[in-house]
Formats: sequence, C-alpha cells, structure tokens
Amino acid sequence: MKTSRVATYFKLPELSYRVWRVWRRDEDVFMKTYKANFIPPLLEPLFYLLGLGFGLGAFVQPQEGLPYIVFIAPALVASSMMTSSFFECTYGSFVRMYYQKTFDAIIATPLSLEEVIAGELLWGATKSLVNSSIVMVVIVLLGLAHSPFLLLIPPLSFLVGLFFAAIAMCFTAITPNIDSFNYPTILFTTPMFILSGTFFSITALPETVQVIANLFFPLTHAVALTRALAVGRLSTSLLLNLSWLLVTTPFFFVLSINLMKRRLIK
Amino acid sequence: MKSEVVIDAEGLTKEFGNLVAVDNINFQVFKGECFGFLGPNGAGKTTTMKMVHCVLPLTAGRLTVAGLDVTKQATEIKKMIGVAPQEDNLDPDFTVFHNLIVYARYFDIPKAEARKRAEELLRFVQLEEKSKVLIDQLSSGMKRRLILARALINEPQILLLDEPTTGLDPQARHLIWDKVRSLQKQGVTIALTTHYMEEAAQLCDRTVIMDNARIIEEGNPGDLIKKHVGEEVLEVAYDEEVLKFLRSAFPNSRLDVVSDRIQVFTQQPRGVFAQILTKFSFKAAMIRDANLEDVFLKLTGRRLKE
Repeated sequence: MKTSRVATYFKLPELSYRVWRVWRRDEDVFMKTYKANFIPPLLEPLFYLLGLGFGLGAFVQPQEGLPYIVFIAPALVASSMMTSSFFECTYGSFVRMYYQKTFDAIIATPLSLEEVIAGELLWGATKSLVNSSIVMVVIVLLGLAHSPFLLLIPPLSFLVGLFFAAIAMCFTAITPNIDSFNYPTILFTTPMFILSGTFFSITALPETVQVIANLFFPLTHAVALTRALAVGRLSTSLLLNLSWLLVTTPFFFVLSINLMKRRLIK
Repeated sequence: MKSEVVIDAEGLTKEFGNLVAVDNINFQVFKGECFGFLGPNGAGKTTTMKMVHCVLPLTAGRLTVAGLDVTKQATEIKKMIGVAPQEDNLDPDFTVFHNLIVYARYFDIPKAEARKRAEELLRFVQLEEKSKVLIDQLSSGMKRRLILARALINEPQILLLDEPTTGLDPQARHLIWDKVRSLQKQGVTIALTTHYMEEAAQLCDRTVIMDNARIIEEGNPGDLIKKHVGEEVLEVAYDEEVLKFLRSAFPNSRLDVVSDRIQVFTQQPRGVFAQILTKFSFKAAMIRDANLEDVFLKLTGRRLKE
C-alpha cells in the first residue's frame, strides 16, 4: 500500500506537443507587457553591483582570486535564474490555478492537467532564461565578464530555471494559500541567495555548512557553473555541479506534476 | 426507432471521501436532443457534467461519450465537445477576442481559421463591439455569452452547459436561450444543468430530476407535469373552512398548504376549477397552469437543501 502511494508521486507524465500551447499562453501574456517586464531584471543587478560591487567591494579582499565585483557579477546572473523561475511557478502559477481558474479552463480542451503543469514549468524555465540573459548583458556591458563560454550561460539558465520551477511547483501543490509562499521564500530562496557562494567564497563557511550548501542548496551549483563560464575558468569539478542539476531536475519535474494532480484531481 | 446514443452512463458513481456526490445513476442522451439535469444545489449535477467532460475520474460505473470511454479516450472526447462551465474562468489577462484565439490554439485550430471563427462567434453572441475589451470590463451577462462562444470555438457536436443563465437578468437569459435553440437546430446535442424550472421547460426535450446524488425522475417536461401535478392548479387564500370544503370537493386530489395559501392539484381535465369558481367564491382565488416547479417541489420537498 505504502509503496504504491510513493509510486504515484513518480509516475511518468504523458505529455504531447500540446505542452507548448500552455507555454504560448504564458508567453502571450508576457509579451503584452514586455516593456514593463524587462525593466526589473535590468535595474536590480545594477543596484547590487553599485552597492555591493563598487561600494562594499572597496573594503573586501579578492574572492577566489577575482576582484570582488567580478566575483559577484555572475552570481547575480545565477540568482536571477532562481528568483525568476521560482516566483513564476509559485505566485504566478498559484494565481492562474486558484484565482483565475485558468487551469480549469484549459483542461476542458484536449490538454491534460499534466500537460498544463509541464507547460507552466517550461514557461518558468523560460523566464529564467530571459531574465538571467538580461542580467548577463548588463555585466558584459559593464566589462565584468568576457569569456566566450558566456554563450553557454543561457542554455544553463534554462536547466537551472526548470529545476527551480519544479521546486516552486511542489510548493504550489501543497500550499494552503498564497500567503504561505512566505515560508519557502524566507526558508529556502533567501538563505540560498546569501549562502551559496554568491557574495563570498563558499570556502569561508564552516565545513559542515559547506557540505550542506553543496548537497542541499541547488543555487550553489548554479553559481559555480555560471561563474566558471563567465570568467572562463573551467575545471572537472564543474561536472559534479552539472550532474547534480541533471539528476535532480527530472526528479522534481515529475514529482511536481504528480503533486499538482493530487491537489487538483479529486 | 431509437436514435443514436451520444452520452451513455451506467451505474455512474462519484465519491469525494465519505461524501457520495453521484450515486449509481443511469441516463442516456440522444443525438440532437437537448437534455436537462434538474436539481437543487448539491444534487450532483455539476459533478456529473465534469465526469462527462473527462476532468473528474469516476469512482464506479461506465460512461461513454460518442462511444468513447471517458476514462481512456479523454483527449479524443474533449476534441469534439464544447464546455461552458458554471464559474467564470475566462482569461483575465486577455481581451475578449484574444480569449477565443488562445482557446482555439488548445484545439490546434490554425490561426487564420481561429480568427474567422472568433469573429463569427462574437457576432453570434452579439459581442462584436466588445472584441478589444478586457474581461474585467464585461457584465456577467456578457461573460456568460463569451463563455458560450468559447465553448463553440471547436465546432463541437456535443455542448455541455452548466447553469448557463444563473444570475442573469431576463434579457440576457432569453438571448442565451435563443442561442441554445438555434444551436440545437443546427444539430448540436446539448446537455445542460439548471435549477430554473422554466429554463428546463423552455429548452429541454427530456430531463432528469436529481436530488441527493440520485436521479429521481425522468421524462419530457410536459409529460412530467401532467403525470405529477396535472394541468391546472387552483390557489386560494388559506381558511380552515375552505380547506375542508376543497378536501370534500376534490377527494382524490393533493392539497398543499404553503404559507397562507392552499394549492389544489388535480388529475382531472382542464376546466374543473373554473366550474367550481362559478359556483363558489373564495378569497384571492386563482387558476394557473401547473408547471415544472410544482413537480420539482413535490418530488424534492420544500426544505432548504443547503
């Protein structure tokens, strides 16, 4: 009995090309207000770079051999992957599911709920790609990154975005109401934003915290990969970071779809 | 000669935990007819509809739509049906026109064709002037009409309408009724739920009356009225003496006392009440046609359902 219950959470969804219809719907909404959508990801990194990079950076010793502002710039790209997809699939998906009844409307058409959720996750990943690319352009224009490997950051951002979208969708599937998203925000994304090797080298942390960060803070892997690509310092340890993301992303992708099915199909 | 069965339910049951929402019901909807599910709130009408359009799994029983099994061929079924749900789930992020275009995309309708159909449908539901307006700015009557238009975007052979006119003013209600009739004329099979008796009498060829998750009666609205409450109803102001007199005058009839009025139902032909009124005069006497509401109240009782 118990094993079969667990198995339902990892049942592979049946998906078709129709997943992209949901993606297109969300994209249509985004493009309607694209001018307003591009401004926050453009301005936010500027504030961090000004305040932390130029301001605080004057007092901080180089991290991992990089000037402080060069060290944090790629981390801002990586954290925008996390926040944009996480917010899209928590608040954004919840509003569409609960307040707008958009999912109800779509599943009355040939699409299944599984396809709707998969489309939402792909859209979350796309938001990560769009927003982090804007931040990347900003840091390139400021001369803070210039490796040709930069071009691999957008595909990476889609993977990282898909991971955080799936985690977010798991929270959306179990949250009692929209206010409860404060908990994953304060307990999950905020500590990660600060402790994942973003603003100081992860080696500065106590060893146990380092282990925890590596095992349980997905942003650590995103930051390590993004920074390596931005400054052009590749090493074999990056394969571990990439493997971590490649293994966990499908796991949470499938889990989030099944949790949403449990919530919505009675 | 029976016509083709389009929706076929056998032993259909739906439970939510301990609550039995639909309890072992059987019904058949034939091609081209307008079929009504009547019942008070909570009777199980919407749950039944949701099982027909494949979004609620069955607990037990068998349900086919156009010969396809709802548990196995949901995608195929959903391609050929149109659904107008009870609650407003129009997309508030888009205009009236774009709502239809986005919905058409879910059905793989090519863009040019979708635009053509959207224009035609907005004309059909008299919303062409609201084409560029956001959903927030529509009245509830306009929203219902747009939901109807949206349900028709895939040119469905089967249309499911869940409480199509609840909360609408008479003008808006009559407009929806006109549209439903014209769709039926075009050969669309329609299944609707309602708790408005007049709506069922106006639109439906056949109805089932649901109460407490079961079907308690089935038939043509006119036949049901004749069978259960006769053709005419006499209503007079309540008075002990009058009640006694009416009991003796109509010994085989049903007499109901509702607040301060007496209602007399008879199986006798039209005219008996008129006759008695020529001989006696009662306070506030009135003869009216029996209607589906009388049937409904007789069968489901007068207590509140919720």
